Amino acid sequence: MVNQTIIEQLETLAGKENVLTGKVDLVAYSYDATADMPRQTPDVVVLPTSAEMVQEIVHLARRNKIAIYPRGAGTNLSGGAIPLKKGIVLSFQKMNKIVDVDPANLTAVVQPGVVIAALNSAVAPFGLIYPPDPGTVATATMGGSAAENSGGLRGLKYGVTKNYIMGMEVVLASGEKVRFGGKTVKNVTAYDFSNLFVGSEGTLGIITELTAKLIPAPKYRRTMMGVFKTLADAGNAVAGIIKAQVIPATLEIMDRMTIRTVEEFARIGLPVDAEALLLIEVDGMAEEVVRAEAEAVMQVVRDNNGDLKTAETDQERDQLWTARRNALPALASLNNTVVLEDATVPRSRITDMLVACETIGKKYNLTLGTFGHAGDGNLHPTILCDKRNQDEINRVHKAVDEIFETALRFGGTLSGEHGIGMAKMKYLGDELGQTGLDLMRRIKESLDPEYILNPGKMVPLREA
Amino acid sequence: MTTAVTTRGGKTYHDDLAIVREELDKCMKCGNCMAVCPVYGADRVETSVTRSKIAVAEAVLDGNLDLDDPQVVAMLFNCLVCKSCMTSCPTKVNFDRIMLALRAALVRKNGMPWLKRLIFSTLKHPKLFDASMRVGAALQGVAFKTGKEGRMISPRAPFAKLGSPIGLDGDRQMPPLHVVPLRERVDEVIKVEGATMRVAFFTGDSLNYFYPQTGQDLIEVLAENKIEVHIPKAQNCCGVPVLVHGDIDTVRQLARSNIDTFEATGCAYLITGCGSCGGAWQHDYPELLAADPVYGPKAVYWAERTYDISTFLTRVVTLRQPKGRIERTVTYHDSCHLKKSMKVAAEPREILRSIPGLTFKEMAAPDACCGSGGSYVLSHYETASTIGRKKAEDIDRTQADTVSTGCPACMMQLLDNVHRAGGGQKVTHFISLLAESYRLEKKGD
Repeated sequence: MVNQTIIEQLETLAGKENVLTGKVDLVAYSYDATADMPRQTPDVVVLPTSAEMVQEIVHLARRNKIAIYPRGAGTNLSGGAIPLKKGIVLSFQKMNKIVDVDPANLTAVVQPGVVIAALNSAVAPFGLIYPPDPGTVATATMGGSAAENSGGLRGLKYGVTKNYIMGMEVVLASGEKVRFGGKTVKNVTAYDFSNLFVGSEGTLGIITELTAKLIPAPKYRRTMMGVFKTLADAGNAVAGIIKAQVIPATLEIMDRMTIRTVEEFARIGLPVDAEALLLIEVDGMAEEVVRAEAEAVMQVVRDNNGDLKTAETDQERDQLWTARRNALPALASLNNTVVLEDATVPRSRITDMLVACETIGKKYNLTLGTFGHAGDGNLHPTILCDKRNQDEINRVHKAVDEIFETALRFGGTLSGEHGIGMAKMKYLGDELGQTGLDLMRRIKESLDPEYILNPGKMVPLREA
Repeated sequence: MTTAVTTRGGKTYHDDLAIVREELDKCMKCGNCMAVCPVYGADRVETSVTRSKIAVAEAVLDGNLDLDDPQVVAMLFNCLVCKSCMTSCPTKVNFDRIMLALRAALVRKNGMPWLKRLIFSTLKHPKLFDASMRVGAALQGVAFKTGKEGRMISPRAPFAKLGSPIGLDGDRQMPPLHVVPLRERVDEVIKVEGATMRVAFFTGDSLNYFYPQTGQDLIEVLAENKIEVHIPKAQNCCGVPVLVHGDIDTVRQLARSNIDTFEATGCAYLITGCGSCGGAWQHDYPELLAADPVYGPKAVYWAERTYDISTFLTRVVTLRQPKGRIERTVTYHDSCHLKKSMKVAAEPREILRSIPGLTFKEMAAPDACCGSGGSYVLSHYETASTIGRKKAEDIDRTQADTVSTGCPACMMQLLDNVHRAGGGQKVTHFISLLAESYRLEKKGD
């Protein structure tokens, strides 16, 4: 229970200006970017400014059995940051310092509140990049994206957040602080803690510092778009590109519904009779290699009856990207609620999954468009619905159930990059089985036996 | 131009908060606004950012929070109405409408605070307003000391001590109020020999009282381009300062009166030198008067004929290339209302680049808000200064000796901040640099 005494203690240890209890403040931290989720106001919001302060807050919370919800920018898409059981929202927006950029070791040390784009701006003068690029790079924090193991458009070639976290400082539910990993490329000391805490969604520990891996920025790139009359042609083109041993930085797909909606929305001259569109970008350090890869891609597109467009200038590249950039805004403009999923299948099943999503949309009489990362099998079936129409919302829930069931049947997974949070918890058993669920619970309880860290996410609370 | 505005039973969102629900519904809570909201950038708490203000508006409409709860009121006024969030919003939420609807609803519920009522009521009576501005100009010497060249003033002791919580300390630099405002300095019609076109100039209050020389420069530039300029004396304040405080009756009265005044000029174009004034004519008037069968269509007529001076010179007519050399390094700050409301960004840069001898240097994030927000800088001086300091540092890094912009309110904020946190660069309206180049050319320089 958070009472006045607790608030005063929090104010003493964090400073009055870093403790928010106003009604309006609590509403501001009662949600994240996930649609169709309940909102819940926390009892208090605390903005810590140091790891030691986090430790003291955890001690206080543990003694008083108060839930703690670590929060970055609150942009996740699985309900991960919603303070479901009230308690303390721990917002890292004030721990936003870049501690160290080390071009000799290709690393950066950051506080969890650093925005991904801010890190990229800081390392750009050294010719370096931090590759993970979720759609929210301009707002999402390093701590939040590590906790969620965010993906992005470059996942196929460059991997996702877990491939770039080399070390961490974490405050455990016990209030102890632990550091592991660091600037070494190789490190097999002890368990692979980084990979335990990355993607743990704030349920196992609170990240207070990160060591991130950087890479040299690719010097050359070529951008192409292929427009296809059949889904099969598009699917074969995706397979063909990989088979030609080209790994594009970006290999994005949009279905017919998305293409039509984007065209209606932005009037950029997309063919509305097309069944699928691929946006492909290859990049690298050597101009020759990039050109050869681009030519190989173009050949594959033509071989599969694709209508090809290429960009010669930055301006033309921007035009090709306009379609993809507008996919979500265009779909979102159709109704007041956007249910955005991230069911993922082995990339050989991309075509099957696109067809299945379209069929499911029709079956439940829903407006559904699919776009996503064809290269890594990570699709975004997107349902546009009216939150005030309960009948429609019920149909949405059934369709989502069926989308996940289908993804698993195709050998895929529930979530490619958005995480489980509270949105997909009920499906976990379908993928992991009871043994998997038990393993999750054992890990959770060994680190956080009292369920004070982000309770009700990933691992269901024990029935009282 | 303006996206369609809903009217219901003769009302707009200014009169009925429920109408704004359609805008609230568009918000996905994605948080993209966090990347650009200047207030969030300074405060670093979500209470300050757009999506949370929308969540609070939802709570108000759902009856879970009271509109006049002091915390709700404080949150409502902790917004610059700079429209930055609207440029990065994927679902194109018209957040300005939400903010204005809430503030107007608050005034309907609780009435206007007495001080605001007193100040705004003078606006309805142009002669009284004009008289009070002139009395202010005559008396400002009591509380303010004049800087070198007479271009700026700073508070004197003991006023500096009294004023320091709102930034009116001895270091504050502000433009002086002028005893003879712009519209008294010039004739109502500026005839030009061989004129090819006639335009009407809407001066706005800032150019009229604080920066009359800038207004004269604008007129001079038009004349140099063989354009006859009408500056009707009967024109009023554009009304944005009262609109943002929810005084809908006053702003509608000002809008109708201004429309009548400009109709009487018989000109086909209305020119502005201030993003807020131009934005009022292009967007606010048609929205405010959408349910008015007489003035609604007139407002739309004028919205389509309103141009910022830079757009007019470079898109409607062909700019007469200036020849006078100005050996200065100049950077440009995008006024929020000029860029985000009027969509003017390339044109002032084209004008600056056309001036011989002038080196143009772009600053980082030129369209980041300077923190002025009209009266926001007075009510939230600390946040406004945090925002302004960043702008001053960005200006400094360009090593420019001059910072230009297209909005008098930004000029005031930049003046204060480049002196406190920047390199004391000269602050000017871009049109004054063009006027100077034309003048130098005449001198045979």
